[in-house]
Amino acid sequence: MATSLTINGDARSVDAPDGTPLLWVIRDELKLTGTKFGCGVASCGSCTVHVDGFPVRSCQTYIEDVAGAEVTTIEGADTDVASAVKQAWNELSVVQCGYCQSGQIMSAIGLLTENPKPTVDEIEGYMWGNACRCATYQRIRAAVQRASEILEA
Amino acid sequence: MTLEISRRGFLKSASALAGTALVVGYGADQVLAQPVTAADFTPFVRLTSDGTVTAIIKHFECGQGTATGLSTLIAEELNMPLDRVEVDFAPADASRYGNTLFGGAQGTGGSTAMADSYLKYRTAGAAAREMLVGAAAELWGVPIAAVALKDGVVTAGDRSAPLGDLVALAAQRPVPAAPRLKDPSEFTVIGNPNTGRRDSGPKTDGTAIYGMDIHLDNQIVAVVLRSQRFGGTLVSHDASGAAAVPGFIRSAAIPTGAGVIVYAQNTWAALQARDAITAQWDFSAAENRSSDAIKAELMAAVNAEAAFDARGTAAETAAALENAAQVIERDFYFPFLAHATMEPMTCVVAPTETGVMVYDGCQFPTGVQMAFAAVLQIPEENVEIKTLYAGGTFGRRATQTGDYQVEAALAFALNGGQQPVKLVWTREDDIKGGYYRPAYAHKVRVGLDADGQIVGWDHRIAGKPIFKGGPWASFMVQDGVDNSTVEGTRDTPYALPGMYVGVTDGDTPISVNWWRSVGHSHTAFVMETMMDMAAQAAGQDPVAYRLSYLTDGTPDQTRMANVLRLAAERSGWSDTPAQGHWRGVAVHKSFGTFVAEVVEISGTAEDGVAVEKVTCAVDCGIAVNPDVIAAQMESGIGYGIGHAMRNAITFTEGEVDQFNFPDYEPLRITDIKAIETHIVASAEPPTGVGEPSTPPSAPALGNAIAAAGTRVTHLPMTANGVAFA
Repeated sequence: MATSLTINGDARSVDAPDGTPLLWVIRDELKLTGTKFGCGVASCGSCTVHVDGFPVRSCQTYIEDVAGAEVTTIEGADTDVASAVKQAWNELSVVQCGYCQSGQIMSAIGLLTENPKPTVDEIEGYMWGNACRCATYQRIRAAVQRASEILEA
Repeated sequence: MTLEISRRGFLKSASALAGTALVVGYGADQVLAQPVTAADFTPFVRLTSDGTVTAIIKHFECGQGTATGLSTLIAEELNMPLDRVEVDFAPADASRYGNTLFGGAQGTGGSTAMADSYLKYRTAGAAAREMLVGAAAELWGVPIAAVALKDGVVTAGDRSAPLGDLVALAAQRPVPAAPRLKDPSEFTVIGNPNTGRRDSGPKTDGTAIYGMDIHLDNQIVAVVLRSQRFGGTLVSHDASGAAAVPGFIRSAAIPTGAGVIVYAQNTWAALQARDAITAQWDFSAAENRSSDAIKAELMAAVNAEAAFDARGTAAETAAALENAAQVIERDFYFPFLAHATMEPMTCVVAPTETGVMVYDGCQFPTGVQMAFAAVLQIPEENVEIKTLYAGGTFGRRATQTGDYQVEAALAFALNGGQQPVKLVWTREDDIKGGYYRPAYAHKVRVGLDADGQIVGWDHRIAGKPIFKGGPWASFMVQDGVDNSTVEGTRDTPYALPGMYVGVTDGDTPISVNWWRSVGHSHTAFVMETMMDMAAQAAGQDPVAYRLSYLTDGTPDQTRMANVLRLAAERSGWSDTPAQGHWRGVAVHKSFGTFVAEVVEISGTAEDGVAVEKVTCAVDCGIAVNPDVIAAQMESGIGYGIGHAMRNAITFTEGEVDQFNFPDYEPLRITDIKAIETHIVASAEPPTGVGEPSTPPSAPALGNAIAAAGTRVTHLPMTANGVAFA
């Protein structure tokens, strides 16, 4: 059964059974591999994408839930906030293995879009569900603050 | 492992390779006729006539920064900014890309990448520089001394040319026998704290490709249904339930009884199909015990005579303890731990004309070639490997059995060997799948004289050995002692009189493996906890007490003392902590690198501990990329503290109790408020940084919690009476 949705601005029709996680549609069908599979149970945040502008865990979002929705993945993240976040991530050399970082960045974009000047507590609260096994948290915290500065400038 | 590089051997192979390039005809005319032509001046640097400089990275990038580190060495010797050097991963070819510290096998581990590469890559870069300069001198008829290379441009007086214009001519010159390496006083890239990482771009815009991201034409996905108990074998399986899953292709029993391979058109279909398959297992040779029984076996072993002596004798130490004014003793327990890399294991295999192409975040290419050759019965050289970014390893991607690559080879072969097959592990496969850091017990008795000085140290360790019975046993096991069980104890830089180390092997079918810092992941905790307890019993300051065992003036003791002093100074150790705050310290040498850490906490074990700050001092020789070093210190500290706080793999009647991150909870952003790293200036050869900050982190935390009133020596801490805020 075909489902219509918009991915990174392109209208797409996807033939996947109900119950198929959006994650696997994005990765296996649409071949957009920047969105990562880390746990499959919404416990690590590596699969974070935006649906109608809000961050969701794509491993626990099902194809039937996104019919007609606008989905943005890391490849399509191109707002001013997204640019600031990516710039900050680069400036502070946040990444290590990098596998969780698409999800970290999509969450950070969600945070700064809602709240352009978050406190440390707000950053930690919002980003808590994004796990990084390389423990790059100190730099993530600093990079979100740096992105906030870039946006303010 | 020591740093011994055969310069002559390296240059000989470099010359041979450059010669090959000439034989295949990279003459000037041809190069000029082709817009992009490559010449491998040495195995480690590729220059093309469009001016592109590429560092060929012989170690995989799992986040530890090798892509940045090794390209830094090339950039330095070619006098160009780091961001002008492209990176590419080397193919599998141990003759060119072997790790001298691995006996010539190609692979990454033991924090050896920079130690093994430092002179090799600088020499390669310097050779390329001299060939370019020599080409310009010849072309322009000027003395070599009049030619300079900087920022990709070759100049002599008023003449100049982009580097790319000279590639063809340079490629025809002999590789210099002994190129001049830059003096450290001339360095502008090595040691520069502001160079940034070479892999930030693709890892922030989603374009970095990992094994999990490979999609080849006609590729199918395979997952494996494995025994829920280690050592179980497949009796039979029923796949009829999977027939209804859209995209399911078929199942195949692995002939060894290791499990059932499930093939499908895509990952989700494969996972759905696997859930619908039932299997019968024979557990007669399996680990059927629960964690309590495994722990009891190891604890009993350290309270009995050891099977093997690793240092000293039990009798001499017993005599020393007899005469001690006081004896302090403690037992320790460390659970099995999963590596839990963020990218679960995966490997793609595709047919080639003569063998296979393997797509892998490949930590140990030589071992993977051997594994595929053995399974597919083809020559090793017909196993090509495309090394991709690895989503973490912490040791997991290199096992002595090549476990997941063997599964991938079997999945490929059992499907007929004509079609690309992608093997995928899930998080549950990873958490339940073994190759754990082994569980260990320690029992230590330390005798002190009336002045609080150590007179004897009886140290017994029990755990399943990692190397014994494996391919590297001849290097790593001596007189029955597996070095991975004892490293960090018998070789401690502390001048400890009357030290005895005894070992008893644990026995279980649970598969085990090295885990970030290997033996040091448990031995440092024990050494540094006992030193703290001894200082306390002696009524002395923990830093001063440790320093008093580092006074012989050996290089190791001097370096260890220096990092300890630096961490103490920068943490404000001599000042009283804020109300309700406590500090703990630990220092350890591993993989040739010295790291001291001071952990400052607030709260108590009862009320909830918060890690306020970790102050880290490191001596890793010449600091090639200071920011990468700081990043690795942060990473290793987080890894050590996170697991010590709350991670364990436990068993109930042989089955792993944990399933995924909700019950193998990773370190989170709230767990450590700040980490500060200080690097000791050094002219010593560089050593590794991927592992050495892990060993002192957990004992420094434990010592801080002890200062707040509760000493915990069985891990994880949350299961043994410590609450965290």
